[in-house]
Amino acid sequence: MSTARYETVVGLEVHVELHTQSKIFCGCSTAFGAPPNTHTCPVCLGHPGVLPVLNRQAVEYAMKAAMALNCQVADVSKFDRKNYFYPDSPKAYQISQFDQPIGEHGWIDIEVNGQTKRIGITRLHLEEDAGKLTHTSGGYDSLVDFNRVGTPLIEIVSEPEISSPEEARAYLEKLRAIMQYCDVSDVKMEEGSLRCDANISLRPVGQAELGTRAELKNMNSFRGVQRGLEYEELRQAQILDDGEKVVQETRRWDEALGKTISMRGKEESHDYRYFPDPDLVTLHIDQQWKDRVLASIPELPDARQARYTSEYGLPAYDAAVITSSKPLADLFEESLQYTGDAKSVANWIQGELLGYLNANNLEFSAVPLTGQALGEMIGLIEKGTISNKIAKTVFKEMLQSGKSPQQVVEEQGLTQISDAGAIKTIVQEVIAANPQSVADYQAGKDKAIGFLVGQVMKQSKGKANPGMVNQLLAELLPR
Amino acid sequence: MTLFDLSLNEIHNRLHARDLAVTDLVAQAFQTINERDDRIQAYLTLDEEAANCKAAALDEKMASGEARGLLFGLPAGIKDNIVTEGLRTTCASQFLRNYDPIYNATVMEKLQLADSVTLGKLNMDEFAMGGSNENSSFMPVRNPWNLDYVPGGSSGGSAAAVAAGEAYFTLGSDTGGSIRQPASYCGVVGLKPTYGLVSRFGLVAFASSLDQIGPITKNVEDSAYVLQAIAGYDEKDSTSAKVDIPDYISSLTGDIKGLKIAVPSEYIGEGVDAAVKESIMSALKVLESLGAEWEEVSLPYTEYAVATYYLLASSEASSNLARFDGVRYGVRAENPGNLLELYHQSRSEGFGPEVKRRIMLGTYALSSGYYDAYYLKAQKVRTLIKQDFDNVFAKYDVIVGPTAPTTAFKLGSQVNDPLTMYLNDILTIPVSLAGVPAISVPCGLVSGLPVGMQIIGKAFDEQTVLRVAHAFEQNTDFHKQRPQL
Amino acid sequence: MTINIQDVEHVARLARLDLNEEEKEQFTAQLDAILKYAEKLNELDTDNVEPTTHVLHVSNVMREDKVHESLPIEKVLRNAPDDEDGQFKVPAVLE
Repeated sequence: MSTARYETVVGLEVHVELHTQSKIFCGCSTAFGAPPNTHTCPVCLGHPGVLPVLNRQAVEYAMKAAMALNCQVADVSKFDRKNYFYPDSPKAYQISQFDQPIGEHGWIDIEVNGQTKRIGITRLHLEEDAGKLTHTSGGYDSLVDFNRVGTPLIEIVSEPEISSPEEARAYLEKLRAIMQYCDVSDVKMEEGSLRCDANISLRPVGQAELGTRAELKNMNSFRGVQRGLEYEELRQAQILDDGEKVVQETRRWDEALGKTISMRGKEESHDYRYFPDPDLVTLHIDQQWKDRVLASIPELPDARQARYTSEYGLPAYDAAVITSSKPLADLFEESLQYTGDAKSVANWIQGELLGYLNANNLEFSAVPLTGQALGEMIGLIEKGTISNKIAKTVFKEMLQSGKSPQQVVEEQGLTQISDAGAIKTIVQEVIAANPQSVADYQAGKDKAIGFLVGQVMKQSKGKANPGMVNQLLAELLPR
Repeated sequence: MTLFDLSLNEIHNRLHARDLAVTDLVAQAFQTINERDDRIQAYLTLDEEAANCKAAALDEKMASGEARGLLFGLPAGIKDNIVTEGLRTTCASQFLRNYDPIYNATVMEKLQLADSVTLGKLNMDEFAMGGSNENSSFMPVRNPWNLDYVPGGSSGGSAAAVAAGEAYFTLGSDTGGSIRQPASYCGVVGLKPTYGLVSRFGLVAFASSLDQIGPITKNVEDSAYVLQAIAGYDEKDSTSAKVDIPDYISSLTGDIKGLKIAVPSEYIGEGVDAAVKESIMSALKVLESLGAEWEEVSLPYTEYAVATYYLLASSEASSNLARFDGVRYGVRAENPGNLLELYHQSRSEGFGPEVKRRIMLGTYALSSGYYDAYYLKAQKVRTLIKQDFDNVFAKYDVIVGPTAPTTAFKLGSQVNDPLTMYLNDILTIPVSLAGVPAISVPCGLVSGLPVGMQIIGKAFDEQTVLRVAHAFEQNTDFHKQRPQL
Repeated sequence: MTINIQDVEHVARLARLDLNEEEKEQFTAQLDAILKYAEKLNELDTDNVEPTTHVLHVSNVMREDKVHESLPIEKVLRNAPDDEDGQFKVPAVLE
């Protein structure tokens, strides 16, 4: 592969919508999915004469996010106007932050192929979201819905320290987890509450100077980010191999076509004419305020991962998978109030739960599973009420109906048979019906016992306690 | 003597004594407007039906004995850059010729609470850009003292309406002198409050860091009444000041003994008309006779104020006026071929030449590579200009000088020379940059045209400004002179 | 000249204004005069001077995160030059 001769350099620019109740500069609701333009007012519609008033919660969420990303939070911050004309921008300027962002000089650690790598975060700033454009069927017109305009956003800019599409994805996933743990955003890429643009360039291995970069837009999923970058990595490598030059431009990732497409000619050179917004006053963030926000930050994924390893003895990989999503980690911890078997909980989460979600393309939030239910189900296995195998059936039913494991077991009569007399009757029937296998076993063929156990389990509809079946067979068939 | 010669307080007393009904007052106002406004052209929109309804409602309120507001029954004209819900607000621009506001400015809510009656919307320079009212895209306002002369601007309609008796009081807005200069040219009282004293919410922004709404009235007492009604913190305006609002009316004691007045040599030097200077010197004698002392001082950065102002105000304006894009309101060009054409054509058709000129200047000053040289530099010089005032106010109570270097000029005499036009504002602009309050009061007539004296105070010390202006007024008759119409 | 006709054309594009030839020439001359006048500011040494964005020293003005009622759609669209299905309509935005 030609990319081996080059070093890939990726920088990501991530926008995260903060889940405040109201917009950043007016009192309109930020709720998703309302009929067009019903969450608007003179302020967010940019009517003449209106003025913005900053939402305190948006500032605190931004501070919280900045601290969670190990940024230095500014003592003095301010808002600037970014001037450009576009129909989704009602004032023809976006209120953003230019030279005094809320946070700077942060970092997060990512793990790729078992290696930990630190990716720097250049800055984190607060700004307002734009409206939404849709196109009419004829294609001659666009329609503008301003419900989303004014939703608070943080823009998080990474250092160009990401070296592969895989790292880019790992960075994004870690970023999402941290935002989720901080509870500042819904971080749903599908709903646009987390958006990612990337810039990517290649340079010959060993060269210090960065190559010419392309900017990638329209990557609407984690997979899309990785695929878009992979495509672009190959495309640029080919250009360089051919001795040609990469053009600095913006390219759009087309998910359906699986390639990036130049947006050249459809964009113009920008001159945003940033200047301090005279309608908003300076933010002075004193230590007391910082301390208060810092105290509100819960345990973050890295810390939890370490704790799961040290406290519960989980393998690092398991701990990483579970802590990559806050709801999963919360499920894990809640389960442990009902069972002491952390390893088993981790296995169930990683195996059956994630398998089910992946197979059905579901988010964890879409299934009615609680930690109590999972913990109690594992308890039933420990007590021998159900076998591991039966538990899989029970678990599936729990995921679908939200019923407790006890209820599922009762309703479906799945309780394990541990009554020695009942099992002995079945075992004796099986011995009588399978003389050849019995003979084989007694002649020293160990495999034959497996067949006999299987027959017993079959007759008991899987409910016989497998340990007792083995024990009884051994007693009744001495060698 | 007509009702228009009475002060707001006197009208108030008559209404309360039931000598007069609000409906009569409003009817008389519209009668005067009908008689005179063809010549003055102060109003862009009249709201007669709503005003009559309001008047009738207020008369009922009076009869019922309910509590009444501070400006009860007083008919007012509103500059057309103050947003009035349901009443066309145009900023004298073609772009907004059909704009039907969906909300009210905070000052309109306050006037509502004070029980005043809105007569209509007043002509102005388009988007408040200009000093002569010739930039109105509808028609120029004429100076009631001589119809061949400009009324000043940009609140020319607001000043001319009061001078012509077409409103009991009006609201104007001042960015670099737009209340004080037309008040001076029209022989009325115009007050620009401290930046932050009156809410800007609903004032169509020209230069956000400078804009202030203020009253234009026949006399100082009226000014104090209106200010009392409109001043105060507004949670909708982040730049509004959280200060206690004093009783402005009771500060009009007439006592200015021991008052320390600074007279900047830059305000009475070169470029100031000799007759204007003479009027100011006579006015200072009056103040002296009342026990005040005055000394000449220097505000050395005055000469840089105009350049500073035009860079800052135009830059802010270029951004503030970007929202007029033809997407959500205002005019839209007919049949634009595409989005870019929609923007270009709507804006080019909707804006007049002065507005375009300032948008161009401001866009240039903020553009890549020039920001530091123009915008940032101007912000720094603004600091120096403000320090000029701080230094003087450390020793003096007020600063006094002319409001404008000359009296009103003839219509059409300066339209082709923007820079000269800008220099007319040299005495009002520094005050705006410093954000401090100032009032213009009539202090003379030169060739039949009024001269205004500007009294500048410390930030949030409107009380002293009003007290000095009132003391002067009580001892002179300039405010009682009326144009012949 | 501190500003030429190309600068004026560039600035007009940024500001979304169409200027005819006469306006371009006029603006070039007028803006040039104003900018030349503004060069006066360069007489002043402002290296150690802080810029003034606000004359008032107010900071940390914020509102609580409370939802207020939005406008009825009739008001939202009252001034719309063109609308469809509760949305503002503009010529197609190319992507």
